[in-house]
Parts: sequence; structure tokens; C-alpha cells
Amino acid sequence: MKSVLPILTVLMALVVLWYGATVLLNAQWTRDQAARAGVEVGFSEILRDTLSQTRPKLPAPHQVVAELWQSTWMEEVYGRRGIVQSGTLSNRSLIYHGWVTLSATMLGFAFGTGLGILLAVGIVHSKAMDLSVMPWAIASQTVPILAIAPMVIVVLASIGIKGLIPKAIIAAYLSFFPVLVGMVKGFRAPDAMQLDLLKTYNASRVGTFWRLRLPSSVPYLFASLKVGIAAALVGTIVGELPAGASAGLGARLLSGSYYGQTIQIWAALLAAATLAAGLVMIVGAVERVVLGRMGMRA
Amino acid sequence: MAAFRRAGFELKDLSAETVIEAKGVGLVFQTDDGPVEALKGISLKIGRGEFVSFIGPSGCGKTTFLRAIAALEHPTAGSLTVNGMAPDEARRKRAYGYVFQAAGLYPWRTIAGNVQLPLEIIGFSRAERAERVARVLKLVDLDGFGKKFPWQLSGGMQQRASIARALAFDADILLMDEPFGALDEIVRDRLNEELLKLWAETGKTIGFVTHSIPEAVYLSTKIVVMSPRPGRITDVIESTLPRVRPLDIRDSPEFLAIAHRVREGLRAGHAYD
Repeated sequence: MKSVLPILTVLMALVVLWYGATVLLNAQWTRDQAARAGVEVGFSEILRDTLSQTRPKLPAPHQVVAELWQSTWMEEVYGRRGIVQSGTLSNRSLIYHGWVTLSATMLGFAFGTGLGILLAVGIVHSKAMDLSVMPWAIASQTVPILAIAPMVIVVLASIGIKGLIPKAIIAAYLSFFPVLVGMVKGFRAPDAMQLDLLKTYNASRVGTFWRLRLPSSVPYLFASLKVGIAAALVGTIVGELPAGASAGLGARLLSGSYYGQTIQIWAALLAAATLAAGLVMIVGAVERVVLGRMGMRA
Repeated sequence: MAAFRRAGFELKDLSAETVIEAKGVGLVFQTDDGPVEALKGISLKIGRGEFVSFIGPSGCGKTTFLRAIAALEHPTAGSLTVNGMAPDEARRKRAYGYVFQAAGLYPWRTIAGNVQLPLEIIGFSRAERAERVARVLKLVDLDGFGKKFPWQLSGGMQQRASIARALAFDADILLMDEPFGALDEIVRDRLNEELLKLWAETGKTIGFVTHSIPEAVYLSTKIVVMSPRPGRITDVIESTLPRVRPLDIRDSPEFLAIAHRVREGLRAGHAYD
């Protein structure tokens, strides 16, 4: 519990900075409004107004928190379209949008992880793949995802694939890379002595893979998965932006920016950040359990 | 000296069947700084049931020669046979167990899991694996530690587990590359004593790399003294010590005489330059 205090201290500092920035950024609008109305405004009025505008340049933390609360608990429990009254999640709640994003993220993460591991297996075992695949994998990550995402969505839509799959593919596109790099490193982690040992048993390549390379790579796998799952979430959100998707945190961000709803944008951002943190923590928990069972102390 | 060596060989030739035979073995490594002659003109016969130590300073090729026997390195000259076969064929037939300087136990396997690793690869049944693991763990005095993970054991115990691993399948040659080099003297003494006991019980042929003169003299029936640049044999000493050796044999004049001759051999090879 010693770690709580520093975390809280940093959080407090961020909140204080955020409030300061809120006042500074929103003050102009307050002054303009006052000038238009022909009234003088003092510091206390500026302070009060900048923290409670409906379309601020930067919403205050409490406004974002209130919006989060409003668009999750209040919407689902008391809203007409909420799960309590209608039996289904409300399309105005962040829980619904978060779920849409999460499901595509998980699917893309599974694709990406599988692809990353498969390519790593190939690279470690085949000289030709080692020389040919890695440069392409690196090149793939230098292409801005924002440029590729709309094309993927459009091309797939033209052959009738819509909804979850295109977003998951974009998520996989981002998440396979850290897994690939980590697993190539992991599969190559056994030192020469350990490989020689298996050679003295005349072990096959398959035997060497299952008994030595794979177990050695597990710590690397989890390090990659933590990066990969966050990348998958980013990929999914980017995939939701261009096609005017009607659901998902990305869609929520987009509609917020169309209508100048900064509070809604920040609430969606915070929801995405929370989701990412939660996913990384889940991977971390699984890591501790798996490495513990393998007799390794994480 | 050469006459002594030849006489020693002939004696062995008559008494024991040859297990490992090297004739003019040379090995050149191609490095970035040009070719390095790791072994040159190595000729040696090792008979069944012998305990042969290879001693010499770093770079004398003792480890390289052991690895060549294990087909982990490939000689570039001469001929080398193990059980009458090419080393690589012998490796495929699992003719030897190899013990490295580090125990190299898999941290994710228990001690029993580590010992049965070669058995899994070779394809022993589950029941036989359990039986063999229990037997060799007892042999190295580790019974009761099978369920522990490597990090729960001391360095000496880990190295004993790695010897058990090399003994678990029926290879009758045991190749050991400075297996006790990283251990302190007290643990090393005890393990040396246990190793001799184990050798007596199992009758295996042992090739043992070391840079400790007392260790080589205490353990071996034959001591091969090597010197570097290029790695070559400067002396082969047939030990006159009895097969059963208590630790205090190391204070006997006979022991000291052999140790002296090893030291002379090392000096003759300009090993201390």
C-alpha cells in the first residue's frame, strides 16, 4: 500500500494543473461574452464561469466526471433506454459504446497475438523468413494507421464485411507487431548451453520448441501482450472514426467533435483510458498467475 | 616420457575395450580475426570404465575436445570415433550424457521435471520415467527434492541434479565440462567424493574437464595434460592410485608425485606464459 501515496500525489498534481489550464483556456470566451453584454467581470466570476461552461475549450475535471457518471450509471439505471427499463444497454451510454469497442478490441487482439506468434515461430525456424518477414513487419508499422484504416473499412465493406471484423483487423494490424518482436526475442532467449543440452539428447526442432523455446518465451509474451492489448484498443478506436460508425468509443469521440461537445469527448477519452488500464491490469494478473505456476517469480 | 605414454596406451589396449579414439584430431575455428587453431594433432584412446581428466589453462582446447567428442564441435582434421561410430552418429544414438559448467536447469520445471527432460525426449513411458527419476535422484543424494524448483536449491545441489539428468538415460559415457568449477572448495570436495562413488557404482566411462590439479589427480585413472596455442596434448599420465580413494589420499606421496608430474606437464607446455 506504500505505492498509493505517490500515485495519489501525482494524481492530485495533475488535477490541480488541469483546473489551472481550464481557467486559462476558457477565460477568453468568458471575457468575450462579458464584453458583448457590456459588463465587467472580476476574477471570481471568471473562475466560476470557466469551470461551468457547457462547451468549454477544456472541460474541468468535475464536469468530465459528472458526464461519465451521467452517461454510465444514471443512463443505464434511470434512463428510458437504459438496461433497467428497456432490458438492453442504452445507445447513449458509455457502457454500451465501451462494450462495442471492447469486443472488437478483444477479437483484434486475439487475431494479432496469434499472427504475431505464428510469424515469430516462422522467423525463428526459417532463415528465409527471418530475412524477409521482419523488414515488412517494421514497414507495416511505419504506415500511419489513420491513413490505412478508412481504406480497410471501405474495401471490406465493398465485399460485404462490416461491423466488428474490419475494426478487429485494424486492431490486429497494430497489436501483432509488439507480439512479433517480443516473441522472436523470447524464442531466441535460450542460451547456447541450453540448446546444446537438447542437442546432446538428439531432440527434434519440434521438441526443442515445446520444451525449451516456448517456456522460455513466456515472460516476453506477457510483456508484449501488455503493449499489444493497448495497441489493439487504439486500433479499434481509430477504426471507428472514419466510417462514421454509429457505435463505439471512437464514434462517440467523432460525434462529440462534430457537435463541439468537448465534455462528451473527454468523457469518452477517459473511458477509453480506463478500459486500456483495466485490460493491461488483467494481462498483468494473468501473468502473475502463469509465471507463479511455472515456478518463476514475476 | 613418450615411452611411458606409449606403454600406458598399450597396457590399456590389452585390458579394456576402446570407447573413444582420436587420431590426429585438429580443429580450426574461423573467426573474424582469422583462423584459430583450437586443437592440433590430438591422439588419444579412452577405454571402457576409465575416468579421464583433461587439464590445462584456458584456451588449451580441453573443452573444445570434449565438445568434439559430443559432436557439438566438428574436427577439421584427423579422425574421432565414439563407440566405434562418428561422434554425430553416437550423439544420435544418445551414447553420452553431458554435464555443463552451469547446471542449466529449467527454472519452470521442478527438479524431477528437469531430470526427466531427456526421458521425455527419448520417449520413456510415464511409469518408467518416474522410476528412473527416483533412482538417479537417490544416486546423487537428492531424494526428497524432486518437487522443489531449482531456485530453492543451493548451487551444489543444482549441479547434482544436472548430473542426475545426465545419468537418467542409459548412456555409458559421461562427459563433464568443469562441472564443479563454479562451486566453493568444500562443496567441490564432497561432490568429487560422491562422483567417485557414483563412477564405481555405475561403471561409466567419464571424460572430465577441469583446471584444478588436485581435482584431476584425485578423480582420474588417466590425466591428459594440454597446452594452448595451438591446443595440444603435452602429457598423458596413467594414475597409479587405487580405484577406491578416500579424501585423505591427497596427502599421500603417491598423490603428490602425480600432481607434481601434472604441474611439470603444464609447465612444459608453457602453460604459465
